[in-house]
Parts: sequence; structure tokens; C-alpha cells
Amino acid sequence: MRSEYKLIFERSHEGRRAYDLPPCDAPCAMSEIPEGLRASAPLALPELGEVDLVRHYTNLSRRNFGVDNGFYPLGSCTMKYNPKINEELATVFDEVHPLLDPEMSQGCLALMKEMEDMLCEICGMDAFTLQPAAGAHGELTGLMHIRAYHEHRGDTGRTTIIVPDAAHGTNPASAAMAGFKVKEIKSAPDGGVDLDALKEAVGPDTAGLMLTNPSTLGLFERNIKEIAKIVHEAGGLLYYDGANLNAIMGIVRPGDMGFDVMHINLHKTFSTPHGGGGPGSGPVGVKKHLIPFMPVPRIEENDDGLYYLDYDKPDSFGKIKSFYGNFGVIVKAYCYIRSLGAAGLKEASENAVLNANYIMNKLRGVYEIPHDRICMHECVVTPTEEMMKNEVHTSDIAKALIDRGYHPPTIYFPLIVHEAMMIEPTESEARETLDEFIEAMKGIAEQVKTDPAAIHAAPVTTPVGRPDEVTAARKPIVKYEG
Amino acid sequence: MKSYVPNTEKDRLEMLADIGMEKMDDLFADIPADLKLSRPLDLPDPLSEAELRDLLHAFAVVNEEGGPLFRGAGAYRHYIPAVIPQLAMRSEFYTAYTPYQAEMSQGMLQSLFEYQTVICRLTGLDAANASVYDGATAAAEALLMLRDNKRKKKVLYSAGLNPDVIAVMKTYAHCAGLELVELPLNDKGVTDVSAVAPNMEGAAGVIAASPNYFGCIEPMAELAAAAHAANGLFVAYVNPITLGVLARPADYGADIAIGDGQPLGLPMAYGGPYVGFMAATKKLMRNLPGRIAGETRDAEGNRVFVLTLQAREQHIRREMASSNICSNQMLCAIMAAMYCCVMGPAGMREVGEQNVAKAHLLAKKLEKIEGISLRYPETPFFNEFVIDTPYAKEINEALADYSITGGLILKDGGMLWCATEMNGTDEFDFVCDIIQDTIDSMGGEE
Repeated sequence: MRSEYKLIFERSHEGRRAYDLPPCDAPCAMSEIPEGLRASAPLALPELGEVDLVRHYTNLSRRNFGVDNGFYPLGSCTMKYNPKINEELATVFDEVHPLLDPEMSQGCLALMKEMEDMLCEICGMDAFTLQPAAGAHGELTGLMHIRAYHEHRGDTGRTTIIVPDAAHGTNPASAAMAGFKVKEIKSAPDGGVDLDALKEAVGPDTAGLMLTNPSTLGLFERNIKEIAKIVHEAGGLLYYDGANLNAIMGIVRPGDMGFDVMHINLHKTFSTPHGGGGPGSGPVGVKKHLIPFMPVPRIEENDDGLYYLDYDKPDSFGKIKSFYGNFGVIVKAYCYIRSLGAAGLKEASENAVLNANYIMNKLRGVYEIPHDRICMHECVVTPTEEMMKNEVHTSDIAKALIDRGYHPPTIYFPLIVHEAMMIEPTESEARETLDEFIEAMKGIAEQVKTDPAAIHAAPVTTPVGRPDEVTAARKPIVKYEG
Repeated sequence: MKSYVPNTEKDRLEMLADIGMEKMDDLFADIPADLKLSRPLDLPDPLSEAELRDLLHAFAVVNEEGGPLFRGAGAYRHYIPAVIPQLAMRSEFYTAYTPYQAEMSQGMLQSLFEYQTVICRLTGLDAANASVYDGATAAAEALLMLRDNKRKKKVLYSAGLNPDVIAVMKTYAHCAGLELVELPLNDKGVTDVSAVAPNMEGAAGVIAASPNYFGCIEPMAELAAAAHAANGLFVAYVNPITLGVLARPADYGADIAIGDGQPLGLPMAYGGPYVGFMAATKKLMRNLPGRIAGETRDAEGNRVFVLTLQAREQHIRREMASSNICSNQMLCAIMAAMYCCVMGPAGMREVGEQNVAKAHLLAKKLEKIEGISLRYPETPFFNEFVIDTPYAKEINEALADYSITGGLILKDGGMLWCATEMNGTDEFDFVCDIIQDTIDSMGGEE
């Protein structure tokens, strides 16, 4: 199975070409540019025929694994099916320049406005901006609202964002980037926020609390009302990390739970493909009291029913991205919501939660379940002590799953669970798929007892074996030198 | 109703029974009852696939695009080779997540490694990351790189940067407590190099764009030298499609090169998704934000690609990370790399030469019209230039009647025109005739 694959640079053959530009009947004008400002040598790019280039990337794609290849229960990432119609329809806007006069771009503006309104309804918020390009970008944008809110009130001592120890790494990183100090609080034994720790943490320096609900343990925060009360009474605001929104559409809304500001990952909950790492989209929703601070431009409608982009917002904290967001991604998510409607979104959430509980229940007794109560859209399990005695760890189980045709769950996260495996099946999966995965997990547990060496050798079915990551970081090679 | 849930009602009931429940509601017992939504969401009725297609095409029709386009200002219409969108639709790529599991993600990781190499070869620098969101956020991240590397909280920036880029830098700088000082443009439309030295006290570096927002090619070597003379770093914001014909950032001494990769094979798509690229010298490699793919070996000695230098990143360092970025624009990055590999050295030179040729011919033709003048006639440009005319608004309205999108009207009243290889020279004469007629008809009203 093992095979290296040549780099595109190693396939170059002088004189080959794949490009074909329109004919040019304008006279060459390079002499208008002084020599000192011009390139001194041709670019060192590969030269290939079109068929060679196509085969290169096609074969590279065969060394990759996506949702379309198989089950991808990567926790916190909501790897649901990416509908094909949405991919098709996003391309109808490909030729629209972002700086057209508003009269010429009414379709795009109307679609975005309608999208903002639908997200408000789904989340129970009062306004949305579609500008952030990804979840972490949404977090940063959301935190800028919190910062601007306190600054606007002259409440300049509010410099600290509280983050539970179960939070995504992006939470504290975004808070630091927004210029806040970060105070981490320990979770309670049941996996929820420790109310006493929270009470102790809040004070006149509290700008806000960032919370994921359901949490990264896949558990609903039962004390959410109490938490909101504690934070608000201390003068802070409540931020909702929407990474786990797929559990609750049509069931409960962040706005109704007391959150002031939130982001959504359209590339998780709303089915847009993740592109192997992006592009995503991270719209941010706010309650009324944060609307004045939202990033510009805002989409507004004039008296003639014409949509336009309004930059005249004196209290806005500014702009956070070129143009208006990852529009193409927004279109796909718009299509998803319009396809499913209210009942379809609720059905998606219900089945996501059902599938996760089904897996958790079947793995009970085979793997450890550190927080064994009803889970939401994902569950966290760990290897048993006996497995670890056999020197089989979470990473080994992940690699063994690869050999069985699955993308592994998220591993070693959340950090508060030792050897965590976070399994998020999503609603896209049929019961047979879940049953087969469960059997694979059981098979691995069995093999740990009978043949742990085989587990340590995994994966054997992939084109390459486990990489030497230490050397990669110690002696970094980050480009081809040939 | 469209549904992507395969399990039938019977499946669901059996699964519920399996976990000891009767109905879906039982799954949500942990949610306080008074918080639960007691009504269906108020959303438009669901649409079938055919209805949805009709709706989206109706939105597209409301956008009156499609005709000749003479507008750039940060997003450009270039020829996109047919292979790029088709290869990007290989679903092994686009339906994958970030390549955390290297053994089953070699396709994406190798593609990223190749993208990074392409960016290094375009810019002449030593290391590139696997992308950020766009050019503007690349500039904002570059500010943080300067701060972290020099431990100074002031950066000088050229007034020639795209106003969107400046706006985003200001937003990030406010949060980071950074002071931004603007370097003005001179009457040639390029950054006043003499303004650098007197402002460098306590500054980490200088950031300037070439071509700048007004289309002018900047004296980047002089700006870099001025920054270096005061122990600062120099950041070059460049349009990557110029690099087949214009000097590369490393040639003129840039320490960091950034920009938006949209011109490299990405559709305009009303502003996104595009891709922000970032490259740096070896010394600054560990200050780069976000993902970086690296080469290593497996136990049998096979070449393997992995995400590396992760100690910089948020999932390891949390609040100490160099950036909060997690998802980036990987598919767009790979499309940009595909574009450069389709073009090769000859294609990148030819597309650059065509842009220069077309834009200069258009400028010459426009300049001949009475009532229009080139603002910076002596300054070299690539594919954009500014004209001044009292009739900007009327010109664009007249062109719109022919489904032509004229130059962008700037805040100062000028017009920023763009011509690429996608504009035929026959369009130029047609446009000039319309403009001439418009100005003639306005003549009496002056």
C-alpha cells in the first residue's frame, strides 16, 4: 500500500504548457515600466501539459479522505453531508464583482439580508453580520462587540474574559487577540461550569464569559440560566461559541438562553463543505444593545425598497474583512436552510443527537464514558484502563480506525478528559453506518487484548505510515528546494 | 420536504428504544423546559431542488452583471482555466476537514506543501503559511507578526494600501493596542519615502502595497531600505498576478510578503471566498500565523507531509498563540496553486504582459478624450490607473445602459479603471465612444 507521490515540481518538463490565454491585440507596454521595477528572471514554476496536471491533482485527491468517502465522526467539526445542489448554486454568482453599484447587485444584497434574518430567527438574536470568514474569526468579531460595548460605556476596567477549561483553543486565543486577559475556570465534576468557581471569577474586571453549549463534552449546560445571571449581574456579557449549534436547531436558542453575542460555523451546522481546512464562514449574531457596534458595512433597505451597504455607523468598531464575508459559502448555507425549512432543521438536530446517543450507548462497557448522561450531538469516550495497560492509547485507536475505513474522531480534546475521543456522527449517517462503526470500535477493543502489536502498527492500509512529527517540527522543511 | 437524514421513522423508533427512550423529546431532557422553543421556527417554507434552483437563478438575474467590466480595486476578473474549478470539485478535497490525520490526508497536505512552495517562488521568500482569510486579514496578521518579532507597538503603513485593508488593520490594531502611523502619498501617487525615517522611532516596521490602490507601482526597494535603516521590518502587500513581470518582494528586500490570491484563478463571487497569502524570511517563520505543512518521513523512510510547527497555534498555545486562526481558506489556496502550475513561468509572464498592455492602451485612449486626464501620468502602473474627470457619475451611468461596468468612483471623485486580459481592445473603442458622447452631451451644462 505504501507509496510516495512526486511533487508537481518534480514533474516539470521544460517547454510544456497547460495555459491558454485570450489573444492580445494591444501593443506590448512593458517598456513603460522601468527595468528596476520589473522581474529579473522567470518564475520557478513547474511546466506541465494539461493532462499531467489533471492527473497529478486527481491522484492527490485519491490520497485524501472526505465526507463523500466515508464516515467522518470528527467531534466538534460537524462533518455532515454537503449537498451537491448547494455547490452548484453557489457558482451562479461567480461573475459578480463585489464593488458593483448597489443597483447592480440587488440579488446578492437581498440574499444576504434574508440570510441575516433567518439566522436571527434560528438563534433568537436581533441582528447578524455575515462578514467573519470562519469560526475563530467570528469569535474575534464577537469579542470586539463586547470590548466596544464596555468602552462605549466608559467601563474601561473590564479587561478579562472568562473561559472554561473545556473550551476550544480558539476561545482564549481569540480573547487574547481582542486585547483581553484570559481567566480560565475549572469545570465541575459533571462536566458543566462550576458555579462556585464562576462566582469567584467574576468581578469588576469581567468583560464576559465565553461558553459552548452544548459543551465540548457534548453535554447541555443545565445551569445556563444561573450562569447568565451570575455573569450579567457582575456586569459582563455572555458569548456563545456556536460550534455545537447542530444539537439544538429548532429546540432551544442561544438568544433565549441569555447570550448577548454569538457566532455560527456555517461550515459545520449549515452543511457547507470544509474544503480540507476552509473556506468557512462565521456569522456573528447580537442582541439589540450590541447592534450599534457591529462591523461595517451593514445591509440596509431604503424607502424605495433598494438594498444598499451602509458604512455610516459612528459607533461601529470597524471592518474585519475585505468586502462582505465569504459570500460563496453564505450562499450554500442559505440554500441549505431554504431546502430544509423549520421542520427540516429540527429534524437534523434531533437525529444528530439520536445518532450520538445511539453510539454512546453501544460503546458503554467497551470504552469508558467519563460523563455518562444523555449527550447531545457528540459523545466523549476514552480507552479503558486495561487498554492503556497494554500501551494502547487514543492515538492508536484512531490509527486502527483508519485501517477500518473511518476517519477517526477528534482525539485528545477536550483537554480536561484524559485520552479523549470525541465522536460526532451527525444526522447524515444511517443506522447501518453507525452499527458498522460500533462493531469496528468493538473489534479494536478486542484486538487490543489479542494482538496489541497490530494496533501499534496501524495504519497499514494508507499510502504512508505514521509520520515523524518531532523531526518535522525540529528541522522544518516547509517548501520544496529542488 | 428535502431531508438529508437517511434514517426512517422506524429506524428512529428502534434506535430510541435501544437507548431506553420513547420519543425524540426525551433526548433533550437536560434542557430546562422554560428555555425550550415552544413553537416552530418562523422560516420560509422548504423548497424542492428545482424550486431552489429557480430561486437562486432569479437572485442572479437581479444582479445586472455579465457585460464588460473595468473595475478592480481589490477583486479582479481574470481568465480561470477550466481545469481549476473541476479539480477543486474533487470531493476528496472539498468535503475533507483540516488534515489532522496525516496518513489519510496526504493529498491535501502535499497540495498545501506545493502551495507554500508556489507562494515562496512567487515572492522569493523562505516560508509561507497555508493561508489566512484574505488580503486584508493577512495585513492585520502581519501587524501582529511585526509586534511579536520586534516587541514594539507601532507600525507605519502607506496611504496607498486598499482602504478596506487599512480599515481592517485599524480594527485589529485597536484591539492589540498598536499605534498605526500613515505615510502619505506624494504627487506621483506613491508613498513619500522621506516620511519613513522621521516616524521610525519605536516602530516595528513599514507596510506598503505595490501596485497600490491607485494602480501605481511603488518604490518598494527604497521603502524597504528606509525601514531597514531604522532596524525595522518591511512588509510588501502585492498582487500576486503581477509577479511574472514585476520585481518580487525578496528582490527588493521585503521581510514579509502578503496579499490576496483572488487573481490566481478564483472567481470574484461578490467578494469571497478568496485567500490571503503570507510569506516570510526564515528568521520570521515561527512568527507566521496558522497552519503550515511540512515534510518528514514515516518509519519506512517514505516522504510524508504533516501539519507542523504547531506550537505556534491556538489548539496548543491557547491565549499565547501567534493567532487565533483555525479554519483558513485551504481549498482556495490550492486553487491558486493550481492556477500558477497551469500558467507556469511563461503563462505568468504572458498574463502580466497582457494586463500591462491592455491597461496602458485603455489609459492612452481615455486620456485622449477632452475632459479626462490621467492623475499620475509619469508613474508606472500594472493594470489599474486613476483618471480625473468632472463627469465620472454620468460616464458610469451611460456605460451601465450598455451593461458595461466602468471604473470605480473614488471618494475623492477620481475614477479607478482596470483592464485585464479579459478586456478586448474592441471594448475600449466602444467605451471611449460612449464616454465621448456623454461628455459632449454634458458640455453645455459646465
